[in-house]
Amino acid sequence: MRTWAIANRVIKELLRDKRTLALMFLAPIFILILLNFVFSASQATDVTVGTVAVPQALQQNLEQSKHVTVKKYTSKAAAQKGLKQNRLDAIVQHKTANYSLTYANTDASKTTAVKMAFKNALATNTMSQLKSKLMATTASLAKLRQQLPNAPIPQQSAAKVAAPKITNHYVYGDSDTGFFDKILPILMGFFVFFFVFLISGMALLKERTSGTLNRLLATPVKRSEIVFGYMLSYGILAIFQTILIVLVTIWLLKIKVVGSLINVVVINLLLALVALAFGILVSTFANSEFQMMQFIPVLVIPQIFFSGIIPLDTMADWVKKIAAVIPLKYSGDATTQIITRGVSITSLGLDIGVLFLFLIGLTILNIVGLRRYRKV
Amino acid sequence: MAAAIINLTHLVKKFGTQTILKDINFTVVPGQIVGLIGPSGAGKSTIIKLTLGMEKADNGTATVFGQTMPQRQLLAKIGYMAQTDALYETLSGQENLVFFAKMKGLSKSEIVHEITYVAKVVGLTADLNKRVSGYSGGMKRRLSLAIALLGQPQLIVLDEPTVGIDPALRRQVWRELNKLRDAGRSILITTHVMDEAELADQVALLLDGEVIAFDTPAKLKQQYQVATIEDVFLKAEGVQL
Ligand SMILES: Nc1ncnc2c1ncn2[C@@H]1O[C@H](COP(=O)(O)OP(=O)(O)O)[C@@H](O)[C@H]1O
Ligand SMILES: [Mg+2]
Repeated sequence: MRTWAIANRVIKELLRDKRTLALMFLAPIFILILLNFVFSASQATDVTVGTVAVPQALQQNLEQSKHVTVKKYTSKAAAQKGLKQNRLDAIVQHKTANYSLTYANTDASKTTAVKMAFKNALATNTMSQLKSKLMATTASLAKLRQQLPNAPIPQQSAAKVAAPKITNHYVYGDSDTGFFDKILPILMGFFVFFFVFLISGMALLKERTSGTLNRLLATPVKRSEIVFGYMLSYGILAIFQTILIVLVTIWLLKIKVVGSLINVVVINLLLALVALAFGILVSTFANSEFQMMQFIPVLVIPQIFFSGIIPLDTMADWVKKIAAVIPLKYSGDATTQIITRGVSITSLGLDIGVLFLFLIGLTILNIVGLRRYRKV
Repeated sequence: MAAAIINLTHLVKKFGTQTILKDINFTVVPGQIVGLIGPSGAGKSTIIKLTLGMEKADNGTATVFGQTMPQRQLLAKIGYMAQTDALYETLSGQENLVFFAKMKGLSKSEIVHEITYVAKVVGLTADLNKRVSGYSGGMKRRLSLAIALLGQPQLIVLDEPTVGIDPALRRQVWRELNKLRDAGRSILITTHVMDEAELADQVALLLDGEVIAFDTPAKLKQQYQVATIEDVFLKAEGVQL
């Protein structure tokens, strides 16, 4: 099989090219580690929270949280003044069993920190409430038993503490502002796309400029066999790269994956194949490595703006139309849904379908495009 | 005369507004070495690309083995050596040979003995396991030639095969080409080194997009009444000798 022989050769060449290998496997990890530092550094941020009419127990729990300073206010108005003057990062107000939280939200990491601290404090609070309630119930149950030894045990909901409702308010922006967790799945796809695009494009470019493509085309090899050989080799490599990037992202940056991890890999792999076909296509318009690099700010970087990192529904119609032809948008949408909402891959037919269309379209263009170098 | 292996008739090739080849006609028959001679930029490589079907002629036809090019399947019967050493530098000589042998469609058992044979012809047997990046210029040319010889093709097309190799090796290459010719193969070879033309059976002189003469070296010299092919060229160009 010529396709296999070509794939075999491309892989062999790649494995001997240590720099390129490093670019493909170490560079994304390096960037992710950097992100991890940036992210975890901001997690340890100190926050000041103003409380209004918060029950004693919860107040204490909150005070015991790390990196949290609590200031007690008697009225909401006084607390709001503190928020405006930047002395507070958030206000927690207790209103008839419910909580209302107001965040300055000028720094998304502080908002996250407050949310975490409050959630933990509330959980601890609920736990101790549960415990005391449970103890009381057991005691009354024992008493009941003594009085009526044969009576059926009354169906009493032993632990029923109504979960308080929490409402969030933001002075600046909304809950999506700068949410790192939200952009990570998209960023992950971007790395996959970027590196596969660059390296595969360079590889075919080198094959063309060194003359080996011409020589290859002087054999009875089919043009499609060359394209499929490249797809196969880089596809295999992309499997490893994708798994690595996905695992490192999830492990280092501790994203919670609600859905299936395998599905995340599958989507990113599909994206990698699109990137591969795209890289090969674009490389035919470049005459040197430098010209190939010139396509990055034009064709690759802008994709990130349309990928869903910035909410698309607020954009103008023509911008949305551009987004419709951006592969990263579909993979970003699919991975976000899998990671944050646990959507199964079978209900992501549109995203996957569009990615497949990109793949098939670009592959056909590549096979036809090789006609430039041999007329049959 | 046997049926022509290569038959070029009225080939015209333009790149943009520039007409590189105006009217090219010549034939290569079995058991013949045809030297295509012309200065750099004359269009020798372009003629070869038209013959192989890499480029399409704007007019005229190129037939190889009686079939009009471009024709993918026919490439299996043609050994081609490009002007540049188009080799995979990170692979060893052996790996390059195996790869191109597979591309030519040779079977596994053929590959082994073909490689042994072509490596011996170009004297690279001892260096086959070295990476090409560690080869000298001459070694690369020899490996390139070895690739062209894989599969014992009926037609061998060599684009400036002796550029940058030492005289001893050049002799050796020509000796090998003569042997192949004697075995009935056809060889089309381009060169801009005039004295190499003397070694060909037939010489096609390419000048200004046309083959101005196509004959044996001896007849050409006689016709122009000069001592060397180089002088034939100069005379044809109108230089006073
Ligand atoms: N793909 C191409 N596009 C434009 N011009 C070309 C192309 N290939 C060759 N040429 C031009 O055609 C002429 C002949 O080139 P070539 O056949 O390589 O010459 P030779 O092999 O005799 O040195 C040169 O002037 C070259 O610039
Ligand atoms: Mg040339």
